[in-house]
Amino acid sequence: MPRKTYVAAIQEALAEEMRRDPRVFLIGEDVRIGVFPSTRGLHAEFGDKRVIDTPISELAVAGAGIGAAVTGLRPIVDLMFGTFLYLAFDQIANQAGAMRYMYGGQTKAPLVFMVQNGAGSSAGHHHSQAVHQFFMNMPQIKVILPSTPYDGKGLLKSAIRDDNPVLFLHSLALGGKRGDVPADEYLIPIGAADIKRAGNDVTICAVGPTVYTALSAAKTLAARGVEAEVIDLRSLSPWDKATVLESVAKTGRFVAVDESFPVCSAASEWCATVAEAAFHHLRAPVQRVANKDVPMPFSPVLEKAVLPSVADVIEAVNKTLV
Amino acid sequence: MHHQDIAVDVVVDIYTRILRIRRFEEEVARLFRQGQLPGFVHLYIGEEAVAAGVCAALTDEDTIISTHRGHGHVIAKGGDIKRMMAELFGKSTGYCKGKGGSMHIADFDIGMLGAIGIVGGGIPIAVGAGLSAWYTNSDRVSVCFFGDGAANEGSFHESLNLASALTLPVVFVCENNQYGEFTPAAKAMNIEHIADRAVGYGIPGVVANGVDALEMYRVASAAVRRARGGGGPTLIEAKTHRRGSHAEGEEAFLGGQTYRDEAETAAAQAKDPLLLLHTYVGENNILPQNQLEALDAQITIAVQEAVDAARNSPEPAVETVFEDLWL
Ligand SMILES: Cc1ncc(C[n+]2csc(CCOP(=O)(O)OP(=O)(O)O)c2C)c(N)n1
Ligand SMILES: [Mg+2]
Repeated sequence: MPRKTYVAAIQEALAEEMRRDPRVFLIGEDVRIGVFPSTRGLHAEFGDKRVIDTPISELAVAGAGIGAAVTGLRPIVDLMFGTFLYLAFDQIANQAGAMRYMYGGQTKAPLVFMVQNGAGSSAGHHHSQAVHQFFMNMPQIKVILPSTPYDGKGLLKSAIRDDNPVLFLHSLALGGKRGDVPADEYLIPIGAADIKRAGNDVTICAVGPTVYTALSAAKTLAARGVEAEVIDLRSLSPWDKATVLESVAKTGRFVAVDESFPVCSAASEWCATVAEAAFHHLRAPVQRVANKDVPMPFSPVLEKAVLPSVADVIEAVNKTLV
Repeated sequence: MHHQDIAVDVVVDIYTRILRIRRFEEEVARLFRQGQLPGFVHLYIGEEAVAAGVCAALTDEDTIISTHRGHGHVIAKGGDIKRMMAELFGKSTGYCKGKGGSMHIADFDIGMLGAIGIVGGGIPIAVGAGLSAWYTNSDRVSVCFFGDGAANEGSFHESLNLASALTLPVVFVCENNQYGEFTPAAKAMNIEHIADRAVGYGIPGVVANGVDALEMYRVASAAVRRARGGGGPTLIEAKTHRRGSHAEGEEAFLGGQTYRDEAETAAAQAKDPLLLLHTYVGENNILPQNQLEALDAQITIAVQEAVDAARNSPEPAVETVFEDLWL
């Protein structure tokens, strides 16, 4: 199987879907040159009409994507960094995130918002926040955050074909990661988790970069005879409750690892669900591992201290074992 | 350049500000290339005349707001290059104790209300600084620096209108370096002069030669006078250019692609604000050559001391992640 980087896999998904469906186009700031390599090279193949550079106007670009979607196109709106979604919040939260419902099912907005999510490059608060939790809070937007090249490609293709608004998050921290990506076409359904490691003692649920944090912790724990089951959720909204609950029924212990501000984080939601639906299987209180509850600092030392670490995960698992 | 009416000490002051920015940033470029600086770094080289000319027209009480390309604004307002350099290294002795970095330097003691990494993010805040000056009957003026790209954000339009509607003492300084990242301004807007947008908000819009520091000083002085006198906001568009990359190390982003041709870059580089003023200072016998050299040497040493101090400063202690959160 060919090995590809995470960004190359995303680029391949964009190219394949644009070839397949002439209604699919890419719009955003510097998507031609590609601030992130994931959009690089697409302009050469698809031209000005389908790879559209815009002024720096996130609100208008997001809204234009919505307008194009409700009139029959399938835009991919690239807003670069997750934090720039804040400038487009009205269009996403008030419009895309409600319009089908609000208009009684008359319309649909099949578009993808694409941004890099989270920290890892010491870029300070304005460029290093994970934002997925805000959008999980919205009832009518799907949110996905793949951790591998394989998932990145398969999930992005599903997102582009989905008839609902989808927020596709990718991670700069994972950009150079390589993995197997089949040459033949495949799709990964939105909402399906992937069990990365089987284990009977504790369920660790993670997404995006924290999957690797969880796997490292699991390795250390295994040396001590504690077998963790590591679940990569891949999709944050909707998310695969069945897989998680089934795992907790087996292990009786639950640790959620999530790179976001801890209050109302993805981890909060996972923990609440497990506490509600699997209470009688739990042998210990559920544990949340998220960022420290502070803005993102610039210094590499401080950034590292704020993000969920392997030690944090091990400590949380230890709490479930007493 | 015909600026004989501008006092000699003002010229020397502006020249010093430009030179300080230039030498600081040349060193920052070197450090970045050597992999010594974390994060993103956006240099102001080629644009120094704007910050230097404008800030020379301000008092210490006047405030400024800056952008991701902010080192020049901080230095021009009188910032301490030691604390700046330490911040770029992410050290505990930096302006923001390592929490801000290149894109978020602030010095509230000198009226530098912060650099902002979100394009257009500072413009409304500058209106607020003007609002507070008006509210307290202060004669403080609020200045906002932002790029041509930022002029396409909603925040620009809303802010100019708000400042105009409330007749606030704000000077909007658009640094038109003709690019937003890799996109030419000409492709992002259908007008030649961003200053023309002022008409839509009922305020004066002035086009200025942004590589001529003394012209910047003259234009800014007029706008500041107007704002201080209760005349309301002005939009100044400084036509300038950035000498180098959008962000240091942009080759990695470009992957072999180009976005401006060499002739254009060369033409822009020929219009060096430092060289221009240097020539003016020489031709008008404002400072003798040996004093100019001494000034340069003194600044170069100060920059080197700032680097040494930054290198020798401690990393922030991990516990400090919880500091400066609540009062
Ligand atoms: C809201 C927002 N959108 C996009 C970006 C990414 N970005 C950083 S600098 C930049 C270009 C800004 O252009 P301009 O305002 O002309 O300033 P210049 O870099 O030329 O000084 C862009 C698009 C950002 N930081 N914030
Ligand atoms: Mg610009």
